[in-house]
Amino acid sequence: MANLRGLQEGIVNSQIWKSVFRVGIPNTNRKRVLAVLGSLILHLHPVKVRRSGVRMSYTWCMGGTSFFLFLVETVTGLLLMFYYRPTIEYAFTDIMDLREQAPFGIMREMHRWGAHAMVIAVWLHMFRVFMTGSYKPPREFNWNVGVILLVLTLLLSFTGYLLPWDQLAIWAITVGSSMARASPGAGNEGPMSGLVKLGDIRLIHAGDDARFALIGGRSIGAATLLRFYVLHCVVIPLAAGFLMAIHFWRVRKDGGISGPL
Amino acid sequence: MTFIKDFINVLSAGSISFTLLTSIFALIVYFNLLGGRIKAVGGMAFIGLGVFMLLMGIFVPPLLYLGIAYLLILFALARLGGRLWDTKVGLRLFVIGGLAFGLSMLDPNFFLIAAKPDNVPIVAMIFLLGFFTWVALRKAYLNDTQIAVGGIPWEKTESDEKLFTWPDLVYTELLCMILLTIVMIVWSVVLRAPLEEAANPTSSPNPAKAPWYFLGLQEMLVYFDPWLAGVVLPTLIIVGLMAIPYIDTNPKGNGYYSFRERKWEIGVFLYGFLVLWSFLIITGTFLRGPNWNFFGPFEFWDPNKLVPLVNVDLSELMWVKVLGTSLPKLWIIREIFGLGLIGAYLGLPPVMAAGPFRRFYNKMGAARYYVGAYLFLIMMSLPIKMVLRWLFNLKYILHIQEIFFNV
Ligand code: HEM
Ligand code: HEM
Repeated sequence: MANLRGLQEGIVNSQIWKSVFRVGIPNTNRKRVLAVLGSLILHLHPVKVRRSGVRMSYTWCMGGTSFFLFLVETVTGLLLMFYYRPTIEYAFTDIMDLREQAPFGIMREMHRWGAHAMVIAVWLHMFRVFMTGSYKPPREFNWNVGVILLVLTLLLSFTGYLLPWDQLAIWAITVGSSMARASPGAGNEGPMSGLVKLGDIRLIHAGDDARFALIGGRSIGAATLLRFYVLHCVVIPLAAGFLMAIHFWRVRKDGGISGPL
Repeated sequence: MTFIKDFINVLSAGSISFTLLTSIFALIVYFNLLGGRIKAVGGMAFIGLGVFMLLMGIFVPPLLYLGIAYLLILFALARLGGRLWDTKVGLRLFVIGGLAFGLSMLDPNFFLIAAKPDNVPIVAMIFLLGFFTWVALRKAYLNDTQIAVGGIPWEKTESDEKLFTWPDLVYTELLCMILLTIVMIVWSVVLRAPLEEAANPTSSPNPAKAPWYFLGLQEMLVYFDPWLAGVVLPTLIIVGLMAIPYIDTNPKGNGYYSFRERKWEIGVFLYGFLVLWSFLIITGTFLRGPNWNFFGPFEFWDPNKLVPLVNVDLSELMWVKVLGTSLPKLWIIREIFGLGLIGAYLGLPPVMAAGPFRRFYNKMGAARYYVGAYLFLIMMSLPIKMVLRWLFNLKYILHIQEIFFNV
C-alpha cells in the first residue's frame, strides 16, 4: 500500500505528468478549482455546481449521454470511413467485407446501435428538460438550439441509413423522401404546385421539385448516395458539433443547470 | 392463453388502443396526480364512460373488450391513487411489464417482430419511456404534496448549496460513460447489425417502412395526405416545439418537477409526446404489416390479408347519403360542408377569445394566444381525424382534387 502511494506520488510529481496536468491530485479546494479551470475539456463545467443539479435523478444524465453517444458515433463513423466507398459499385460490398473480414468487427454494430440510442437519448433529454420547466426564461433560446439539434440528430440518422445500400436502406429512404414530392407549391404532386406556371408550362415537375433537390435525381441512385454520404459524414456532424458548442456555452451563461429560483 | 392473445389482438387495433391510451392518460391525471376520487362527479363521469362503452359493445363487439379493459384499469388506478408513485408499486408494475413481455416473446409471431435487430432499440425505448414518465411524475407528485402543505419542492432544499465539479460531477460523469461504454460493447457483440440483399430498385419489399423514428409520420399517412402528414405537420411539430418557451408564460415550475403548477402545459406536451408521437411510432413499427395493414401483436403478418376499402368523403356522405342527390360539379359547392366545418374549426380561437377564454387572452396577449391556439388545434386535428375515420369511415373532409388539396 505504502509502495503504491509512493508510486502514485512519484508519477504525479514527475515532470512529464506536471507538464500535462498542471495541478497534482486535486485534494484541496484550491487544487479542485484549478483542475477544472486549467483543463479545456473540464472547463466546459463551472467550478461549482448546484447540489440538486448534480443528482442523476434530476437530469437523468440524458444531455451528457446524448453528447457521449455523439462522440461514439464520430469515432466509429471515422473508422467506418476507412472501409467504405460511397458509390453504387462498392458501397454494399464494402459493408459485406467489413462484416466478413475486419478483425474485431463491431464498429458497424456500434455505429448503428449508437445511432438508435442517440435518437432515444435526445428525446429523453428533451422530455426531462420539459418536465423540469427548464425551457422557461432565461433558457428559451437554449431550448431552441436543442430543437435544432434534435432535427440534426434525426437527419444524421436518416442520411446514414442509406449508406449500407441494401434493400432495407434504399426502400426506407424511398419511403422517407417520397413525402417531399407532396410539398405544397414545391413538390410535383403537392397542392397548389400546378399553379406555379409560366404561360402554359408547369414549372414544378418530377425533374426539378423538392424531392429532386433532396435526392439528386428522379429516384434514389448514385447521386443520392454521394449526397447523403457528404451530408452524413461532413456537413451535419460539423453543424451539430457547432451547435453543441453553443448549447453548452449557453447552459453556462444561462446560470448553469436550472434549479428553483 | 389463446383467449388472452385474442383479447390483446383486438385491443391493439388502432381505434381501440388509441382510445384506451387516451383514456388511461386522463385517468392517471385525474386519479393519481390530481387526487380525484371515484365518488366525486369526475369519477362518476369516468365510470359512466365505461358503462357507455360496454353498452355500445352490444352493437360493436370490440367496444365490449375496450369497456372491460378500461373499467379494470379505472378501478386499479383509482384504488392506487397517490400510491402509484410509491417505489414499491412502481417496481411491481415494471416486473409485471417485463414478465408480460417475456411471456409474449414465447409466441412465434410476436418474437419475429420484436426481435428484429432494428426493433430491439424500440422495445428498449418503450420501457425507458415508461420508466422515465413514471420517474418524472413521481417527483412531480412528491413536490406537489410538499407544496400543498406549504412546503418547498425537494430541489429547493439543495439548490443553494454548491458542490465542487471535481470530484462530485466528474465522477458521476465518468461512471455514466463507463456504464454506457459497457452497454454499447455488449449490445454490439450480442446483436449483429442487419444487412439485407444488395439494393434492388425494381423489387420493393412489403411493407416498405421508413426509418423507425419517422414511422409516426408514416402512420399519419393513413389519415392524412402526404402534403400534410409528410411536410406540413412535421414542420409544425418543429415550429411548435420551438414556440413552447414563448407561448408558456407561467413563471412557476421552473427548475423543479411539478404537475399541479403546470397542469395544462404538461398535459398537452405529454399527450403529444407520448400518445401522438411515441404511440404512433410503436404502432407503425410493431403493428403495421404488409400493405400497411394492421396486425395484432400475436397475429401472423399475412400478405394476403384483405381489408375492405370503404372510406368515403364528407362531400359524398352529405350530398349522396344524407341529401340523396348527386355530387355538384363545381368544387366550391361540392365541398361546401367541408369548407364550413374547417372554417368553423379555425374560427374557434377568436370566438373563444371573446367568450370563455377571455381570461387567457388577456393574460397572454393576442400574438401568444393565437399562435398557441392554432398550434394546439392543428395538433388536435390528428386525433379528431382518426376518430372521424373510425366512426364514419371518413376519408377526406375536404377533397379538392383539382389542386391536390385534400384534408
Ligand atoms: C451523430 C451522429 C450519427 C448518427 C446518428 C449516425 C448514423 C448512422 C447510421 C444509422 C448509419 C447506417 C449504419 C449501418 O447501416 O450500419 C450510418 C452509417 C455510416 N456513418 Fe454515421 N452517424 C453519425 C455520425 C457519423 C459521423 C460523425 C461519421 C463520420 C465522420 C459517420 C460515418 C458513417 C459511415 C461511413 C457510415 C456507413 C457505414 C455503415 O453503414 O455501416 N457517421 N451512420
Ligand atoms: C444532440 C443533442 C443534445 C445534446 C448533446 C445536449 C446536451 C446537453 C447537456 C449536456 C446539457 C446539460 C444538462 C443535462 O445534461 O441535462 C443540456 C441542457 C439543456 N438542453 Fe440539451 N442537448 C441536446 C439536445 C437538446 C434538445 C433536443 C433540447 C430541447 C428541445 C435541449 C434543451 C436543453 C436545455 C433547455 C438545457 C438546459 C437545461 C437546464 O439548465 O436544466 N437540448 N443539453
